[in-house]
Amino acid sequence: MNRWPDKGRLVAVGLIGLVFMFGAPQVLQLFTVINLTTAIALAVLALSLGLVWGFGGILCFGQTTFFGLGAYAYAVAAQNFGDTTGAVIVAILVAAAAAAILGYFMFWGRISDVYLGVITLTVTLILFNLIRRTSGPEYKIGTALLGGFNGTSAPPLQVPWSGAMLFPTQMFYVAMGALLIAYFGCIWLTRTHFGRVCVAIRENETRAELIGYDTRLYKLGLFSIGGGLAGLAGILMANGIGRVTPDLFGLPYAAQAIIWVIVGGRGTLIGPVLGAFGIFYLTSWLGTQQTVNANMVLGLVLIGFVLLLPKGVVPWVMERVARPRRSAKAGRARVRAGRRAMQPAE
Amino acid sequence: MARQRRETVLETQDLTMRFGGVVANERVDFQLDKGELRCLIGPNGAGKSTFFKCLTGQLKPTEGTVTINGVDTTGADPHQVAELGVGIKTQVPNVFDALSVEENIWLASRRFHPDKKAAALTAETVERVRLGDIRRRQVGALAHGQRQWVELAMVVAAEPWLVLLDEPAAGMTDEETEFTAGLIRAINETATLIVVEHDMNFIRAIAQKVTVFHRGAILIEGTMDEVSADPTVRDVYLGHKH
Ligand SMILES: Nc1ncnc2c1ncn2[C@@H]1O[C@H](COP(=O)(O)OP(=O)(O)OP(=O)(O)O)[C@@H](O)[C@H]1O
Ligand SMILES: [Mg+2]
Repeated sequence: MNRWPDKGRLVAVGLIGLVFMFGAPQVLQLFTVINLTTAIALAVLALSLGLVWGFGGILCFGQTTFFGLGAYAYAVAAQNFGDTTGAVIVAILVAAAAAAILGYFMFWGRISDVYLGVITLTVTLILFNLIRRTSGPEYKIGTALLGGFNGTSAPPLQVPWSGAMLFPTQMFYVAMGALLIAYFGCIWLTRTHFGRVCVAIRENETRAELIGYDTRLYKLGLFSIGGGLAGLAGILMANGIGRVTPDLFGLPYAAQAIIWVIVGGRGTLIGPVLGAFGIFYLTSWLGTQQTVNANMVLGLVLIGFVLLLPKGVVPWVMERVARPRRSAKAGRARVRAGRRAMQPAE
Repeated sequence: MARQRRETVLETQDLTMRFGGVVANERVDFQLDKGELRCLIGPNGAGKSTFFKCLTGQLKPTEGTVTINGVDTTGADPHQVAELGVGIKTQVPNVFDALSVEENIWLASRRFHPDKKAAALTAETVERVRLGDIRRRQVGALAHGQRQWVELAMVVAAEPWLVLLDEPAAGMTDEETEFTAGLIRAINETATLIVVEHDMNFIRAIAQKVTVFHRGAILIEGTMDEVSADPTVRDVYLGHKH
């Protein structure tokens, strides 16, 4: 079976990504480039939820748990190590391990979807409240003070083995490169046997079990990978802002992550990424307007999408693009449509 | 199938399944020999599907034991039962709606076979179950009968030695039912089967030995003629129209 019927489209996405990566710093102001780094971090977070929820059907309302843990682990480790390469590895591992532990209890406990959403959301809010209360000097990990509400500083990334700090533009390259690698890594993952089984579990867990798959293991694997990816997003976020604060665990980011995925399109990977960029710019633009409340607009956007475009933008556009082609070149299009049926919309 | 010697491959002892006050299966002692094509009949609510669920690990029996090929599988998880080489088609089709027919079948065959073999088995099964024309269609968009065949194909593609089919011909036209009966006989050349059905003509077409369930327990076992001659069976089951 051909698992790569959309090679052309993927190459196009990769090229656009590379052009953006190397072009943006040439034409945009430094301030915008720094802002973009933050948007990219959020896009990676969106990607992680798009993978876990859209492909695995795991309704995780608290993906920020691993986002925040990744950011904090990075900041704390980097302050202690004085080197950031090791901190990056530690942060991703901490986030993935946290997801593995939480996932173990949820999947082996056979918790239903709705409770899973509630539990993950609760965990991130508990962490938010706990870390907010760590302002005293006694809350210290190694040499790093957690700093409570104000958070702690995140040392900027260094070039491995040289100790040279990255400039903001270089940080942008790193973030964009990380997003591209993460995106294509996820695409590849969803087309492996493992990834296909995860989609099968999303579709019908009973059947997946009856044909011999231990669905808990697959969900745990996917959830951990998603956690690690959210941890990577946290590292990028820490670098984009220069600090880590309890807000990373807070409800606004947790809720936005869900909105990005819904708006962009569940079951696709490009959708959540574009959704994150789109909403990021919508909220920053609204922030400059002063006239309307950004949260209210976000709420309206969410309601609008759920009611009018429940599948999200990307699947909607793809359906529209696919249709006229079918009538024009009926034979070829039928083959294509058929192939599409076994592929994730991408 | 000609057999030299009887070999029990599936056995339940005292199998009981209760849902609160409802006793769906009560002290079922059941034996199945290698190579059999057993039909399981009984009125609605007799406990046939519950029995299958206990065999495949979808339900954990309240009491009693299940032994498959000498292995005690009481309380085992469905994937563990499947690993022993047991395939099941459920009464309400369980398929992967958003995926293509081919992908559904591939997922089943790939579980127990390496990549190349799985691809070959998928192609072979698609032909065998006559799904060639719709193999790239999304399963969610198919008619009921076709979905039943996709599920049957998923069972076949894993090459199980023990196959449980819960109402495989439900909702099919006569012609489709005939084709399904042929498939079942073909499966029986390499596998042992239990088939649950309500359609008496279908049962007559495939039956060797028949087990009648009634109120959660086995009422009688025998050939189709023996069973249909039994007055109690006539009373509780064959007299009723379905
Ligand atoms: N999950 C459940 N909870 C409560 N009662 C159940 C459950 N599953 C089955 N039952 C009850 O157990 C009894 C046996 O049901 P079962 O589905 O096994 O019958 P069946 O022989 O397959 O019937 P049919 O021919 O209609 O498919 C019925 O009375 C049913 O209502
Ligand atoms: Mg039934």
